[in-house]
Parts: sequence; structure tokens; C-alpha cells
Amino acid sequence: MHELGITQSIVDAVLDAIEEPRITRLQLEIGKLSGVVPDSVRFCFDLVASGTALDGARLDIVEPPGRGACRSCGHTCEFDDPIVLCPCGSADVQVRSGRELKITAVDVG
Amino acid sequence: MCGTCGCSDADGVRLNPEPAAGSVPVRTIALERQVLAKNDVLAAKNRIWLREKGILAINLMSSPGAGKTTLLENTLRELGSTIPIGVIEGDQETLLDSNRLRAAGCRAVQINTGAGCHLDAGAVGEALTSLDPPDGSVVFVENVGNLVCPALFDLGEHRRVVIASITEGEDKPLKYPHMFQAAHLVLLNKIDLLPYLDYDVAGFSGNARIANPSVDVVPVSATRDTGLEGWHEWLRANLTQVLTA
Repeated sequence: MHELGITQSIVDAVLDAIEEPRITRLQLEIGKLSGVVPDSVRFCFDLVASGTALDGARLDIVEPPGRGACRSCGHTCEFDDPIVLCPCGSADVQVRSGRELKITAVDVG
Repeated sequence: MCGTCGCSDADGVRLNPEPAAGSVPVRTIALERQVLAKNDVLAAKNRIWLREKGILAINLMSSPGAGKTTLLENTLRELGSTIPIGVIEGDQETLLDSNRLRAAGCRAVQINTGAGCHLDAGAVGEALTSLDPPDGSVVFVENVGNLVCPALFDLGEHRRVVIASITEGEDKPLKYPHMFQAAHLVLLNKIDLLPYLDYDVAGFSGNARIANPSVDVVPVSATRDTGLEGWHEWLRANLTQVLTA
């Protein structure tokens, strides 16, 4: 359950960056291959944000899919599973996206 | 979007009602911050500290009971007289493992994470200062026994070694791919139990390479001193790389 620590990092990073008294919305990017479960972050968020400028903020999570290129056959594929297998059977796939773990925007006021 | 001149966006026309009296208009601020940026900055500091002292740091990860501490005791016995070794121990509770390693003759600092399921770069930085390892040594960071969370947190280490044991089943690399994807080396421990278990070593190695095509798998028994030459060779080669980098 690393999501509690990760959610704490998210809230700390936002509060460090934004000196507004009230933040009404927080947008995150959590890639499908990031190893972080968005529902667990949602579960932890209200708890961690309580009593801060993020208290009551809406949490929007964008989940970019995994994308990569097979080093064996060159095929580009999309996958949501961390076990990456190209249709040609090779597991040697260079992951190009899906590992994002970012705070992208906040709404204030 | 308007097909002629591109004058709108995909959301089309939006009605923005007059703000209620006294309300503050909402502003969106783009941030683009990495969630783990704070940990990553501390990890980079650890890496610089280690480089300045020519220390090789290895993050040892496994499920609980795979044999991390036994492997370290064995490594100390075999290499401790030629390579200075220090250990940072991570467990939720107790000093049991650091006591075991001190009894085996090594400097050891224990981190108790309480409810925490992994070590982070901040805790390891403090432990490195407290351990005060000599220049040219190897520091093992024995992470909290857990095949999930430790894979996500950079500690500033040079290499990550995952220990699996044959009592855990061949399917673990497929069930916990993030951990095996993070590994530079996989040690498959407890092979002395092969005569008593229905275990497919080649099947495990195949699964490890599905998760991480470039990873080497070295079968060992830390209690029976089997297959450890490959591990010692790997350690010496990596220490040389760090000292000459």
C-alpha cells in the first residue's frame, strides 16, 4: 500500500508549489504501467488532504495507456498490462509511455 | 474544431455562467511535477555522496523470508575479509536482522518503518550518514520484505538485486512484474530444497525474462553455499565498475 505515501507526496508537492488558500481541483496523470493504483490514491486523498488547502478538492486522474515498440519486429503496440508481450511473441518491448506519475494542474479560487 | 479555420477546440462551444456574487473566479494552474520528485532529489543526493566515496550500493529486494539476511551473512563470511561491507536493514519492526549482521561481524544500521511498506531515499540518506561506511566499500540496503512497493522508490543505489526462493513458485515474476523489471540481477535462492519440491528452475528463468528480457538469473543456496561464485563475481565486477567510474 505505497499509495498512502505517494498521496502524501502529491499533497506535499502541491502545497509547496501553490500558496493559495483554497485549491478546488487537482489533476494527476497515473500511467497504466506506473505501479500505482488510482483507486487507492482516491481512497487516500481525502484523508491526506483533510485540513489543508486541498480539503474537499476534486481529484481528476488521467490514465495514459502503455505504449511501446518491439525491439524484435518493430511493431508498435498498446498494452495496459505490465507484462508486455508483442503479438510476435517477443517480450523485448521498449516502453515509450504509460509510466507517468505526474501532477499536471490545479484549479484555485 | 471548425473545419475551415480551426477557430474552436474539441470541446465546442461552452457556456460560462456569470460567477455568483462574491465568489472568486476559478483559475487553472499547470504544474507538471513528478509525484516522486522529492524522493528522486534525495536519491540523487545519495548517489553523489556514494560516488564521492567510491561506494557500491546495492538495493536487495524480495518477499519476506526469501533469504536476504542469510545471503548477506554468507556474503560477509566469504568476502568480508577482502571487501569492507556495511548493511542498512529495513523492517517494519525489531532489531533482529541488524543484530544478526553485527554478530556476523559487519556494521549495520536498522531502519524500522513502522507502518511503512518500503524504504525511501530520505531514510536511506540518514542511515548512510549514521553507518559512515569506509571509502571503497559495498553497502547493502536490505529493503522491507515486499515484492510490490520497494520497486517504485529510487534510493540512490547503483544496482537492484531481487532474491526469489524456490518455495515461492515459478510464477512470481509474472505476478509481480514491476519488481522483476526493476532488477539488474535475480538470485534464485534455496535450491538445496529442489529434491523436495516440484519446481521448474528453467520455467522461473523464462518467466523472469518475460518480465525483464535482459536480466540474469543465478540459482543459489545461501544456507548450503551453492552457486554463490557467480554472485561474488558479479559483486566484484560491479565494485570495480563503481571505483573506476
